[in-house]
Amino acid sequence: MGKYVIQRVLQMFVIIWIAGFIVFTLMYMMPGDPAKILLGNDATESTILAKRAELGLDASYVEQLASFMYHAFVRFDFGYSWSYGVPVMQELLVRLPRTLFIGVSAMVLNVLLGTWLGVFAATHRGKWQDSLTMVIAMVFISVPDFWLALMCVLFFSINLGWLPAYGIDGPLSYVLPILSSAVAGIAINARQGRSSMLEVIHADFISTARAKGQKESVIVRKHMLPNAMMPIITGVGGGLAMVVAGSPIMESVFSIPGVGAYLLVGINLRDRPIVLACVVFFAVFTSVAILLMDLCYAFLDPRIKAQYAAKKVG
Amino acid sequence: MKMKQVKRNLNPPPTSLQAEFFARILAAWSARLGVAILLFVLVAIVLGPVISPYGVNQMDLTQILGKPSASHPFGCDSMGRDLLTRLLHGGRYSLLLGFAASMFGALIGTFIGCIAGYFGGITESLLMRLMDVWSAIPGMLLCILVSIVMGAGFFPTVLALSIGSVPGGVRMVRGQILVERKKEYIEAAESINCSKMSIMFHHLLPNVIQPMIIITTMGIGSTIIMASALSYIGLGIQPPTPEWGAMLADGRNYIREFPHLITFPGISIALTVISLNLLGDGLRDALDPKMRN
Repeated sequence: MGKYVIQRVLQMFVIIWIAGFIVFTLMYMMPGDPAKILLGNDATESTILAKRAELGLDASYVEQLASFMYHAFVRFDFGYSWSYGVPVMQELLVRLPRTLFIGVSAMVLNVLLGTWLGVFAATHRGKWQDSLTMVIAMVFISVPDFWLALMCVLFFSINLGWLPAYGIDGPLSYVLPILSSAVAGIAINARQGRSSMLEVIHADFISTARAKGQKESVIVRKHMLPNAMMPIITGVGGGLAMVVAGSPIMESVFSIPGVGAYLLVGINLRDRPIVLACVVFFAVFTSVAILLMDLCYAFLDPRIKAQYAAKKVG
Repeated sequence: MKMKQVKRNLNPPPTSLQAEFFARILAAWSARLGVAILLFVLVAIVLGPVISPYGVNQMDLTQILGKPSASHPFGCDSMGRDLLTRLLHGGRYSLLLGFAASMFGALIGTFIGCIAGYFGGITESLLMRLMDVWSAIPGMLLCILVSIVMGAGFFPTVLALSIGSVPGGVRMVRGQILVERKKEYIEAAESINCSKMSIMFHHLLPNVIQPMIIITTMGIGSTIIMASALSYIGLGIQPPTPEWGAMLADGRNYIREFPHLITFPGISIALTVISLNLLGDGLRDALDPKMRN
């Protein structure tokens, strides 16, 4: 097991480095001269040249790449923002907790509510409760989450005046962003939970439990639920990464100064250090989330644990 | 129960494989509803712009931000353009983008997956590690990055939207090929000296393509959502081309006084995506009864 963990962690580092290289190359190929964009139309040739030298743009591609890789991955320094002149890392760390808080809360809601709805639908299979849950799930999977967010703003903030429409002035501001980031995931997990519950509903061990006269509620909780949870747990890492990667759009709807909004600022200003820092953050976050979930999965599922135990013996 | 059985047997047997296949897709009421909505949307976006008395970019300065009325059923946008006409035009782009990007992603994924699965060895390891890196950057983010590098326009947007779906497709096709290539008919094909290309795309591909078709169909809806999200943040298809996401971004500025500007584009996206998802579910149940519950 220990060897597996080390191998996976090393693999993750390599993946992140290569991702960093690819993203840098993509940004390097971005059309337009950044110095010209920064200085505006009325800049003279000499000021543009001076700006290019100042930003280190006159160096060759290899030199720029090497400098980026060294600073980003060895010293965790993404340099200064081209348009604001402040250290990008500092700004990123201020914004990070907001994005993470929304992402993690949405994920917790996804798993808890989604599983509960899936179990609810599966235990009422064929009845109206099942159909209703599945119809609602289908609707929420098909509705764009940022539009749902806009409609929530319209309804809860503008018509009812219960919650703030944008910005971050206190805990209430986080309610709508978390809810609208979570809804699609809840619907997906409800469908997933239902179908994996139904997979085991006819399994022999369930019939055995029933034959022994076990209470139905205990059968659902102890025998069926652990099996239904497995695919959902597997999806947590990827789901968390998806919620966080959707943050540029969600944060732009609610004007939340998080990492996603920072990425959009960087894109609009063609500010390469900002974009690189945000994308590297997203790549690291995705890789770590998926790695952690894979490891959890290996620990949680007795079958996988047994595989490792068997390997050790053999 | 018995009556039902008898009645079913009296039905004439399906005339062809295709007919039986479509009958199976349409077996569930949800799939029939999906097809009905999709047909409605298709007819609307094909005929609507032709019938509409307004041009797609025709501005009426007296109707700026006009609320829904008899002459403009869905109202007008911030430049006095008829919202319904623009929605119908935008639907053409959204559906076309969704289909094209899903197909393109599936094509690339299948191609790489076939090569990785059939050749094996170092080719496979290299390609699969590349997929690991590829999927380390979340799909939406990759889409944003490719979109800013490639610029606006139809084909760059298709590329940006399809790129995130490639690693998943590659992994699936490769997995299928690994199972399939050990079977006798491949051995037979190899023994009569079929070329590698022929074995891969002539013999293996038809046997592994089915799950890919299901996944691709089910992905069209989310690709349309992604396309609208992309243009909501100002990338992808650019104004004045009507795109549902861009129309939402425009309506966002007037959400307090003129909510119709965000309600109608959103409903259009939701309706289209629901119909595609229902159809996708039906297709999955028809092609792969194991996945049905």
